[in-house]
Amino acid sequence: MAGAKEIRSKIGSVKNTQKITKAMEMVAASKMRKAQDRMRAARPYAEKINNVLAHLSQAHPEYKHPYLSEREQVKRVGYIVVSTDRGLCGGLNTNMFKAAVVDMAEWDAKDVEVDVCAIGKKSVGFFSRFKATVVAQASNLGDTPSMEELIGAVKVMLDAYDEGRIDRLYLVSNDFVNTMTQEANVHQLVPVKGIMDEELTHHWDYIYEPESKPIIDGLMLRFIESQVYRSVVENIACEMSARMMAMKSATDNAGDIIKELQTIYNKARQAAITQEISEIVSGAAAVS
Amino acid sequence: MNMAMTMHVDIVSAEIEIFSGTVTELYAPAEMGEVGIMPRHAPLLSTMKPGEVRVVDQHGDTQSFFVNGGILEVQPHVVTILSDTAVRAADLDEAAALEAKAKAEAAMADKKTDYDFARAKVELMEAMAQLETINKLRKRK
Repeated sequence: MAGAKEIRSKIGSVKNTQKITKAMEMVAASKMRKAQDRMRAARPYAEKINNVLAHLSQAHPEYKHPYLSEREQVKRVGYIVVSTDRGLCGGLNTNMFKAAVVDMAEWDAKDVEVDVCAIGKKSVGFFSRFKATVVAQASNLGDTPSMEELIGAVKVMLDAYDEGRIDRLYLVSNDFVNTMTQEANVHQLVPVKGIMDEELTHHWDYIYEPESKPIIDGLMLRFIESQVYRSVVENIACEMSARMMAMKSATDNAGDIIKELQTIYNKARQAAITQEISEIVSGAAAVS
Repeated sequence: MNMAMTMHVDIVSAEIEIFSGTVTELYAPAEMGEVGIMPRHAPLLSTMKPGEVRVVDQHGDTQSFFVNGGILEVQPHVVTILSDTAVRAADLDEAAALEAKAKAEAAMADKKTDYDFARAKVELMEAMAQLETINKLRKRK
C-alpha cells in the first residue's frame, strides 16, 4: 500500500484549497450584491443631472459648452481606463485591456498620441509596463469608492481637454450585463454625446443665480464625474461577479480532482487487500 | 391638502439618493444666501454653498439634511438638489489633480513615451489564448 498515504495527503490539500475558493466565492457573492446596490444608488443622480442638462440645452441654446462641440482635428486623445485593484477575477481585466488597446492602436495608426488616466492598480501596472503616457492615476479605491478619490484624476483629463492638449476623452470599463456576463466597452466621454434626447413641450428659461455660465460649467463637470464614478462602481460589481464565477469553477475543479484522487486511492487500497488475501490463501495452501 | 400646493423634491448625490418625497416648503443654502422655495416657484438654477437643506411636509414635520454644496434646480412642482459628496473648491480640486498626477509619475519610474502597442497586443493575445485553452480543457472534462 505504497502510494496510499501520499494520495490521502494530496486529497487533504486539495480539500483545503476547495474550502478557500468556496469561501472566496461566497464573499464575492455578497460583495456583488452590495456593489449592485451602490450601482442602483448612483442612478438617480445620473438621471437627474441628465434631465437638467437636457432642459438647459433647450432653454439656453446660445451658450454652447466646449464639451458639446466636436473638434475638427484630433491630435491627441485621452483614455480613462477603469480596472480592478485585485486579481483572481478571471479574464475581466484582460478583456477590458484588449478593448482599450485595440481602440488605442487605431489612433496610433493615425499618428494620434494617447494619454492614459489609469484607475485601479491593474490598469496602472499594465500601462506603466508598456510605457504608455500615464498622466494621472487613482488606485486603492476599495469596495466602496468615493467620488472624492476620483475628482483629481478626472480633473487632470478635463484640464487637458480644456487646454487643448487632448481633443477627445474616452472611458474604458466593464459594463455589468448580468452575473454571468460582463462586457468591456469604450465610451466617448468628451465631446458629450446624446444628452438632448428629451422633448420639451414649451419653451422657458431658468433664473440663474449668480450667472448661467459657471452653473453650466459646474453641471458639465459633475456630469462627467458622475459618469466616471458610475463606471467605477459598475466595474466593482463586474469584478465581484467575475470573481464569483472564477471561484465557483475553481471549486468545481477541486471537486473533480478530489473525485479522481479518491478513485485512485480506492483502487490502490483494493489492490493491496486483494494481494494480501491471495498471499494468505497461498500461504495456507502451502502449509496444509 | 390641496395637491397643487405641494412639490416633489429629490435630493441626490452621486453616491446615494438622500431624499425623495412630497413637501410643501424647502429651504436651501443657495450661493447668494438661503432661499425658501414654495410650490409654483419660477424655474431657478443656482449653485449651493455647503449647509443645511430643510424640507417641511404636509403634516408640518421638518426634516433637515446637510449638503456639501452642489446645484439647485427649481421647477414649479419639482425641485432637484444635486448634492456634492465632497467640499468643492477650485484650489482643493487642483490639489487633488496634482496628487493624481504625482501618483502617476511615481508609478512610472522610468518614463518614456514610446507606447509599444505591438508588444502590449502580443502579451494580451497570449493571455487570451491561455484563457481560451483553460476553458476548452474545462469543457472536455
